[in-house]
Amino acid sequence: MDTNLIVFLAMALVAAVAAVGVVAMNNPVRSALCLVVNFFVLAFVYFSLRAELMGISQILVYTGAIMVLFLFVIMLLNLGGRGGTLEERPDVKPGIGVGLGIALFALIAFQVLFPLQASATPRAPDDYGLPQTVGRNLFTTYVLPFELASVLLLVGIVGAILLAKRKM
Amino acid sequence: MVQEWLQGLPPFWLGLIRVLLLVLPILILVPGLIWWERRLLSWMQDRIGPNRTGTLNVPRWFPIKSWRGKKLRTFGLLQPIADGVKLFLKEDITPDAVDRKLYFIAPAIALFPAFALGGVLPFGPWLSDNPATAGFYALLTPVANVDIGILYVLAISSLGVYGVVLAGYASNNKYSLLGGLRASAQLISYELAMGVSLACIVMASGSLKMTEMVRSQEGPLWGVVPWIQNWFLFTPYGLISAVVFLICMVAETNRAPFDLPEAENEIIAGYHTEYSSMKFAVFFMGEYAAMFIFGGIFATVFLGGYNLLPVNWLAIGDSVPALSGVMGFMDRLNYALAPLWFLGKCAGGITFYVWLRATLPRLRYDQLMSLGWKSLLPLAVANFIIVAIWIMGTAKWGVAGGWIAWAGASLLAVLLYLQVMSTYKSGFPDMQRRKVVLTDGIPNAPVGAGAD
Repeated sequence: MDTNLIVFLAMALVAAVAAVGVVAMNNPVRSALCLVVNFFVLAFVYFSLRAELMGISQILVYTGAIMVLFLFVIMLLNLGGRGGTLEERPDVKPGIGVGLGIALFALIAFQVLFPLQASATPRAPDDYGLPQTVGRNLFTTYVLPFELASVLLLVGIVGAILLAKRKM
Repeated sequence: MVQEWLQGLPPFWLGLIRVLLLVLPILILVPGLIWWERRLLSWMQDRIGPNRTGTLNVPRWFPIKSWRGKKLRTFGLLQPIADGVKLFLKEDITPDAVDRKLYFIAPAIALFPAFALGGVLPFGPWLSDNPATAGFYALLTPVANVDIGILYVLAISSLGVYGVVLAGYASNNKYSLLGGLRASAQLISYELAMGVSLACIVMASGSLKMTEMVRSQEGPLWGVVPWIQNWFLFTPYGLISAVVFLICMVAETNRAPFDLPEAENEIIAGYHTEYSSMKFAVFFMGEYAAMFIFGGIFATVFLGGYNLLPVNWLAIGDSVPALSGVMGFMDRLNYALAPLWFLGKCAGGITFYVWLRATLPRLRYDQLMSLGWKSLLPLAVANFIIVAIWIMGTAKWGVAGGWIAWAGASLLAVLLYLQVMSTYKSGFPDMQRRKVVLTDGIPNAPVGAGAD
């Protein structure tokens, strides 16, 4: 078997198992940790696709900042007691969830798999995913969406301050 | 010869050599660092410190007469090794109530980022960006000269907190949990300022690659003085970035005065209260390895990396032909012993850590937060904008124009700051309507006001 395929399958397997773990664990801290592992391994999938900047942003933003915040909140609320605190009654909800999940997966697979199989160039171009390329594209072709996203973030920050400092 | 042999090696073995060249020196140096910290700290605190272990009494039958009865001193250099043996042989207690899996994983997770952090650090010169022409050291360092260099550092250093948080959680101890909580809050607060301060340097050097960042510091100082290297510490924007980065790096490694996660007078030993024997030693080692590597990162980004002195030897040789021989020799010395200079700068970083620990009392939690969010982050962001203005000025009107633009922007920033502060001090608009009262110049809402 192809070495690339083995590496990819190994990473994909870990990512998939971790993703299942996020919903399967009944201890919130462990769920969050599964999500951390998932994000981390996903970054390596990006690396293997030569999207280094994307992968490192994934680690930097999701694994390094957002998930730390998640863990902080979970621990602050002390949800992670021993033996797990999240126990659900047997219900139809998991069944429906699994069904919808499979449907979503099939939908995305249909959209992605066939174009990928048809593509003639399995390797990305040399300058693909480099910081220079991404930066140049962000500030030329996509400058308007980029700036709009910044404004959106700014609005978010101002809103957060307004909510937190209402009494001032 | 060595160079040809290395070039002939398969990539896998070359990679392995690079990794070993990074990891082994750290592993070997950590006991030395601990000894250095303890001796330096005791000297600063007017104590004696560990100075006995490893002293040998030369026996009476010793062949060399003049040595008999004398003592062979190692100044306590073997103390860390004795400590290591002690930690190995100690009883390894695992409390009953811990979350066993996470409890055992946590030290490993704490150790991993400390070593992985050094993956992009060059300890020897890259003469050009192309590995084929970059010279001897390009074969040995860094482990991977990736395009995303400094982002990798930021990403991996932010992973370091997981070990602490998990240890705090898995210990099932209130104090440990508090330690873990403090660590995560501290990391989130200081990571932002660290990222922005590094972004200034990335903009100024025009690359994310660590090797290119060092090379961009070899240019003439301020773009004007050709004999002196443009280490970012000497540039005004770089100095501000360096101060912000330095504070953030101490905070990220959980060292005094930012060692709130293990504040012994408040929460016993914080996240490692329940850890004993080797598991504690692993935390300990991770902390020192991270300190060492962060010293290296500071040296690479702000202190000209592997260069001995901020001097362009060859440029001086060109201007003063009488000195060209000496200067050529100095340049070759600078190149050949580059790892040594780099190691020296790392040691300087460690010394600075110890100095801080001996000097500053631990911050209170609210002081920690207000320093991070209200001082460092705005300072770093203002610096970021000013650097952008400086770059634009340089591109448009040349070197002098750039510095004039920098001065103007800085003046504007300072005026803005003073204006904001005077508004803050003198009160806020609509205070009457919003029923705000001032206590010690700080606005406070009376009870019940504004609750609608």
